[in-house]
Amino acid sequence: MLEVKQLKTQIDTNEGVVKAVDGVSFTVEAGQTVGIVGESGSGKSVLAHSIMQLNPVPPTFYPEGEIIFEGKNLLNLSERELRKIRGNEIAMIFQDPMSSLNPVFKIGDQLVEAVLTHQKMSRQDARARAVELLTDVGIPDPERRMNDYPHQFSGGMRQRVLIAIALACNPKLLIADEPTTALDVTIQAQILELMRDIQKKYGTAIIMITHDLGVVSQMADKVLVMYSGRIVEEGSVEDIFYRPSMPYTWSLLRSLPRLDAEAHERLINIEGQPPNLVSPPKGCNFHPRCPFSTEQCLEVDPELTVRGDGHFAACILSGQEFDSEKKRMEFADKKGVPQ
Amino acid sequence: MLKKKRNLLAAGILLLITLMTITASWWLPANALEINSTERLFSPSGEHWFGTDHFGRDIFAQTIVAARVSLIVGVTVALIATILGTITGLIAGYYKKADFIIMRIIDGMLAFPSLLLALALVAALGGSVTNIIIALSFSFWPVMTRIVRSAVLQINSVQYIEAAKTSGISDPVILTRYLLPNVLSPIIVQGTFIFAKAILAEAALSFLGVGVEPSTPTWGNMLQEAQIYISIAPWFSIFPGIAIVLTVLALNMLGDGLRDAFDPHAKSTKKTKRRRGTKQKYAA
Repeated sequence: MLEVKQLKTQIDTNEGVVKAVDGVSFTVEAGQTVGIVGESGSGKSVLAHSIMQLNPVPPTFYPEGEIIFEGKNLLNLSERELRKIRGNEIAMIFQDPMSSLNPVFKIGDQLVEAVLTHQKMSRQDARARAVELLTDVGIPDPERRMNDYPHQFSGGMRQRVLIAIALACNPKLLIADEPTTALDVTIQAQILELMRDIQKKYGTAIIMITHDLGVVSQMADKVLVMYSGRIVEEGSVEDIFYRPSMPYTWSLLRSLPRLDAEAHERLINIEGQPPNLVSPPKGCNFHPRCPFSTEQCLEVDPELTVRGDGHFAACILSGQEFDSEKKRMEFADKKGVPQ
Repeated sequence: MLKKKRNLLAAGILLLITLMTITASWWLPANALEINSTERLFSPSGEHWFGTDHFGRDIFAQTIVAARVSLIVGVTVALIATILGTITGLIAGYYKKADFIIMRIIDGMLAFPSLLLALALVAALGGSVTNIIIALSFSFWPVMTRIVRSAVLQINSVQYIEAAKTSGISDPVILTRYLLPNVLSPIIVQGTFIFAKAILAEAALSFLGVGVEPSTPTWGNMLQEAQIYISIAPWFSIFPGIAIVLTVLALNMLGDGLRDAFDPHAKSTKKTKRRRGTKQKYAA
């Protein structure tokens, strides 16, 4: 349904051209959930905005690649045609529910507006539809809540309203840009639950962008790991969590706090900073921070290679080499030997 | 509490002046503005509360009638400058390319002091109420454009604008339903200040002799006529002067009050006091 091919998104800044998305390819099938994980600055949000064509042009430009949605290349559509797709076929929800609603209008009016933007129906029908949407996202007493202003809703409730607005036109694809980051942990679980229910009911495909590996493990059919504007590993949840084949993915998983850890154990972090995207390092982008880097990593820029059924990783180490390196490193951790 | 009283007082003064001006034709004696050579330059008395001028006309009646022109100029200039400034400010804040062009024009206009610009325009157009309104609107709207633009830029980066774009809402709807209502409070506050500044500017222009034609009574014209009699008939200058100060002061106080009411962050009393102090100096 959605096919991104070798997409490059670059941003012209005073310091030079930022290669925010650098040759990303992936597909999303109808009804599928694709999780995109990566740390801040890895290009996740720029990728999402590229799909929606919401990056300001200029300074953003797309030197290469295609974004094919239902047979149409979104990069070639006019602003008018894009508006017909935005909200109607592809909807998006954002990180911060507190600032994503217009504070001066009742949420009922905002829902009705979302419904009427793409569908021809009477205001009364639109209101009925709005109440139905609010019921679907689990807002109690929706008829009365229609007349409330955004500030009268809690964060979790606002995220529900935003999901309702996103669903107003029955989109085929929902892009969720860190939908739970700004919420309490208990509310996070509820929102994820809600998104799963909605997906079942509406058959919507979801792109879930997050830096929270827990969210991805619960939701995704397919996981893409992004690092410095590229996809460095792609696979099922099992592949990524149990058989990571790229040192970055492995380091990410290792840095998660564990419940069975000893109290005095320190959290493991990934040394260093994400690379400067204006002038990325030579060779593999991850080599300055990679615990297994070799001379070769300075020269070879690894491509995604097959590691299993639907499992791809970008690293020069083969599966076996990587396993033995991991064992060595884990052994060293246990003994407390500094790396 | 004190601030609340101040705002009420300001609103009360404005209401009183407006009501007196509107109803003037019903209760002012018909001959109040007639020339009466036997009653020239009388000092204030029971019969002539504010005294009389060099033609024997009642100054109280003149002050009231003059308020009509001054207020009409103020209101119209405030409205025109606000509407023009809001439209250009919204466009400049939202469209990057238009921003460049509009802001360069605005910068050019702001390079002139607004009174000087108005002076030059009136000199070119000729003095009449309409021309004064055109000149003053023209010299006051750049400030409004700047304020609206900066408010729009602030709001533009808030997520609900992006969310609106994401749901395919068109630009005109975003401009009118998302941006405009959210920048309304600085517009109203600035509009009030423009109202006050326009009254002051009209008086200044008339006083300089390039404003409304001398036959029309305005506060500025009265001051202009009174200046040669200031040593023998000070009341002739004092009362229109008081009218100007009172109106402008009330408007500025109201503007400050509105700003405090709209902006919860500016509620520190210290700041307000300092601001009001400078305004008073300016008005006087």
